[in-house]
Amino acid sequence: MGKILALLIVLIVVGSVWSFVSGHWWFPVGISEHAGAIDAQFKRTAVVVAVAFIASQLALAYAVFKYGSKGSERAIYSHGNNKLEAIWTGITAVIFIILAFLGQVVWYNLHIRDAAPGAVQVDVVGQQFQWNFHYPGKDGIMGSTDAKYINDAALNYVGLNPDDETSKDDIQMSILVIPEKRPVAIKIRSKDVIHDLFIPALRIKQDAVPGMNVAMHFTATKTGKYEIACAELCGSLHYNMKTFMLVVSQDEYDQLSAMSEDKFKERINQLMAAEPLQ
Amino acid sequence: METTITTDLKIKTGMGAGGGKNFGDDGGGPQGADSNSSDWPPGYSPEDAIEPTKYRIAVWLGLTSIAMLFIALTSAYILRQYNGMTAAKPDWQPLHLPSALWITTAIILLSSLSFEIARRALKQNRYEKFKTWISLTTALGFLFLAGQVLAWRQLASQGIYLRSNPHSSFFYVLTGLHALHLLGGIVVLSYVLISAWRLRIGLRKRTTVEVTSLYWHFMDGLWVYLFVLLFFF
Amino acid sequence: MAEVMHPTHGEVHHHEPPTGWLRKYVFSLDHKVIGIQYFFLALFSVFVGMALSLLMRLQLANPGQKIAFLATLFPQAAKDGVVTPEMYLSLVTMHGTIMVFFVLTTAPQGGFGNYFLPIQIGAADMAFPLLNMLSFWTTFVALAFMIAALFCNATTLGPIGGWTGYAPLSALGNIAGPGQGIGVVLWVSSIGLFCIASLLGALNFITTMLNLRTKGMSLMRLPLTCWAWFTTAVLSLLSFPVLMAAGVLLLLDQLAGTSFFIPTGEYVSGKLLDTGQQGGSPILWQHLFWFFGHPEVYIAILPGMGLTSHVLSTFARKPVFGYKAMVYAIFAIGLLGFFVWGHHMFMSGMDPRTAIAFSLITLTIGVPSAIKTFNWLGTIWNSRMRFTTPMLFSLGFVSLFVSGGITGLFLGQSTIDIPLHDTYFPVGHFHLIMGVAAIFGIFTGTYFWFPKMFGRLMHEGLGKLHFFLTFIGVNAIFIPFHVMGMVGAPRRYSTHGDLQYLSSVMPLHKFVTYMAIITMAAQFIFLFNLFWSMAKGKKAADNPWEATTLEWDIPSPPPFDNFGGVEPVVHHGPYEFSVPGAPNDFVMQTDPMVVEGQEAE
Repeated sequence: MGKILALLIVLIVVGSVWSFVSGHWWFPVGISEHAGAIDAQFKRTAVVVAVAFIASQLALAYAVFKYGSKGSERAIYSHGNNKLEAIWTGITAVIFIILAFLGQVVWYNLHIRDAAPGAVQVDVVGQQFQWNFHYPGKDGIMGSTDAKYINDAALNYVGLNPDDETSKDDIQMSILVIPEKRPVAIKIRSKDVIHDLFIPALRIKQDAVPGMNVAMHFTATKTGKYEIACAELCGSLHYNMKTFMLVVSQDEYDQLSAMSEDKFKERINQLMAAEPLQ
Repeated sequence: METTITTDLKIKTGMGAGGGKNFGDDGGGPQGADSNSSDWPPGYSPEDAIEPTKYRIAVWLGLTSIAMLFIALTSAYILRQYNGMTAAKPDWQPLHLPSALWITTAIILLSSLSFEIARRALKQNRYEKFKTWISLTTALGFLFLAGQVLAWRQLASQGIYLRSNPHSSFFYVLTGLHALHLLGGIVVLSYVLISAWRLRIGLRKRTTVEVTSLYWHFMDGLWVYLFVLLFFF
Repeated sequence: MAEVMHPTHGEVHHHEPPTGWLRKYVFSLDHKVIGIQYFFLALFSVFVGMALSLLMRLQLANPGQKIAFLATLFPQAAKDGVVTPEMYLSLVTMHGTIMVFFVLTTAPQGGFGNYFLPIQIGAADMAFPLLNMLSFWTTFVALAFMIAALFCNATTLGPIGGWTGYAPLSALGNIAGPGQGIGVVLWVSSIGLFCIASLLGALNFITTMLNLRTKGMSLMRLPLTCWAWFTTAVLSLLSFPVLMAAGVLLLLDQLAGTSFFIPTGEYVSGKLLDTGQQGGSPILWQHLFWFFGHPEVYIAILPGMGLTSHVLSTFARKPVFGYKAMVYAIFAIGLLGFFVWGHHMFMSGMDPRTAIAFSLITLTIGVPSAIKTFNWLGTIWNSRMRFTTPMLFSLGFVSLFVSGGITGLFLGQSTIDIPLHDTYFPVGHFHLIMGVAAIFGIFTGTYFWFPKMFGRLMHEGLGKLHFFLTFIGVNAIFIPFHVMGMVGAPRRYSTHGDLQYLSSVMPLHKFVTYMAIITMAAQFIFLFNLFWSMAKGKKAADNPWEATTLEWDIPSPPPFDNFGGVEPVVHHGPYEFSVPGAPNDFVMQTDPMVVEGQEAE
């Protein structure tokens, strides 16, 4: 019985390790400046996890294999070993705490440090069940919004203030367009319930919370078309609250920025049709 | 719903050992058989295992969980107040303190005092005195609840209801939950009172009086805390 | 003055059991009957929860497929026998809630704790038997409410919100879409009742353990199971009131038009909600919920950890390695569990600076967890293991605890949580550790204590078959969840087929569903074994496992007042196995014998 269990544990270890390292399943290609750092922290942690996981499971398998009952022979009578205990505890504590500290660097850069000046502005508004992206338009100034102006039927999804001069040229669209290699500052909110803007390729995930305006910033490094999903349960069609992100060249983005709403959307639709999904 | 925690506890307290199956409940247990104090771990004596301790522990635990309930609500209150006052369109409108609450605060403070006098009288075996003061305590308890209802009516007459604004929501929730818990205390007190008038205050009922006084003082302190939190914080 | 106590000496206090059927089996005050009631309540719930997960698995493997029997069972919710997205989400919600509350919280604590805590400390019953009965029946009513919630929304199978019921989705009522309104009201009410029941139980457990220990049962002679139940009760006592507070506020938002959790300017279903006050905070619900929710994870797993230590030592025929370290580790896990709730909220929009603190504290929980693992390995090292079914399950527990727990090192870091949050990765993580490992704890308890509870042995062959199928099955189901999460598969999706970057997870979904079906089928072996053994199993001796603690000192099943009115006296620690010089390889706690080779306590 012990031998079967030992074999099984070894097989589980092999299977688990294989599923992680086989290459069939891994994070999507990271296309943001911080993606590499997140992935590196993941790999560092994975090394610690793998060593601890394999060592504990194999020790368990070995013990189960080796220490089966042998007739009336007795086990070794011992209540433990404080010295071993202290060493083991000390080592794990040190490793875990070092890991925890290392992990904070990326977090600090993403969430606590302010966005670089001159970053491209996009406001994100979640609703059941679509994403709205609000661009400042030609004047480069984000027009003011308020919930009382929201009117889905009139396509004013984000609640642009019609009386505000700066909002006249603003553009709202369900596709996220950003330039490559230029910092992007987004503000995320929601109209109804909590959603979560999940852009796997960017390694970005942030709840869109009604009543809050959460700021984030990032820099995309590669052009292309990528998928966006919702990662917080928001109601019946949660699974289908998806859209796309277009990362365009800086030239293209500058041209887009100078366009009126109709032209902007037309160009985006062209690009959407032309770009293959990454 | 809230009050069940404590009323059940209290009813239990009054009824003694419930199933009556514990070794301790008739004084056997630790003192029985070949009791030898050296069998007990340090700091733990046979006396620790007799009934009153059990109820005292239980009431302290019950009070801990009630405290957690109100701590949770307090944190919600403080956060909501902060949000309501700092928002672009502040929606936190502080209530005017209903005058009835000054009176109820005085009443509940007095009830604690009279409970304490009653408790000491019982300790000195002065039954008549105990009876008088425990009756007064119970009456003050009812009076307090009546006063709270009056305060709610005062607010309602100004058109301030549960959903009117965040402060009134919290006011009704906090005072309502406190009143429910106090009602639990009153139920037990009434039971003690009836026993007292029928001259049936045995050792177990004395435990009931002891632990109920603990609970009562806590409810008193909790009220003062809520009063300060709601109107002076 | 009939109530004055008369200390009596040398007298046996034997109590007669009640005679009426109702008082004996239904409204019983006997902790053993109540324990068995809890056990069966959890058994019923676990099969309901499992059935819900089967429907989820069928949908995920072949999205949109028609399942003939569903159309018959739920003509409105499952139109044409297809699991609709709404129905899928209600399945998710009900599966999670039922499993967490009515299985993982109920069985280890309410079931085994109730039955064995008093016996293991040498008491005749819990401190407050009436309270004990009340807490069971309150749990029962709570379950009735929860089951009612399954059938109250015609187009779904219960509320939609996940077991976490995030506001404002859960606070807005019918306007927020299908699966809201009455279903959520029943769901919250059920949880409120469950809170009350758990508080009554916790109070009883703590008082019992502090006050009713028998002679000689010093704190450091308590079986580790008792320490686990005790710590669990403390966690319940401190965390359930907070959930209660959150539940009361949510219920008022639903029914009374308050807006504790509903913010200003809500534009829902094409309408601006502008009535009354609306400056509530959705994040507040999360803070209150997770302040309860994280300790709840330990409420589910700690009894399993205690029992694993206990059973490993018993069948390894070797004392627990580092008994005191084990006790302190349980405390440390319980204590730290109150300061890490924020790691569920890294993406919630809360102040990012707090995430750093939560990250650091979360990783320190890894330290006491590592102590436990190390000590379990230390216990079986150089031992002489007997591979009975309960032993296999507790070895399985250790393996699952390692597999499930260690991925917490990823999720506890806010940085790595960015790609992994709300994907299948945490789903795999918590299913392994708080789901399956805790369930393995429950199986360990069942196979280990069945002889004591029912006076008969469970069938070993069937038990081992059940173990191997389940152990392979749960690993094959939940390890793939981790890699699906790395690819980026979001949880609570009725299909991943609509997102192209997830194409590689679709074959895994099929594989997992096959494994789930095998694993679920294996549970019927358990169910059969359980009921068959109750009637036909081999008669059990008083101490069939040659164990040391007090429950093995009395008949199987124990008499009404456990020790027949005689108070047991404890002379040894709980894990005196293989003591050199002792006649047997185990020294019972009640054995007055002084053995030369025994280590000083």
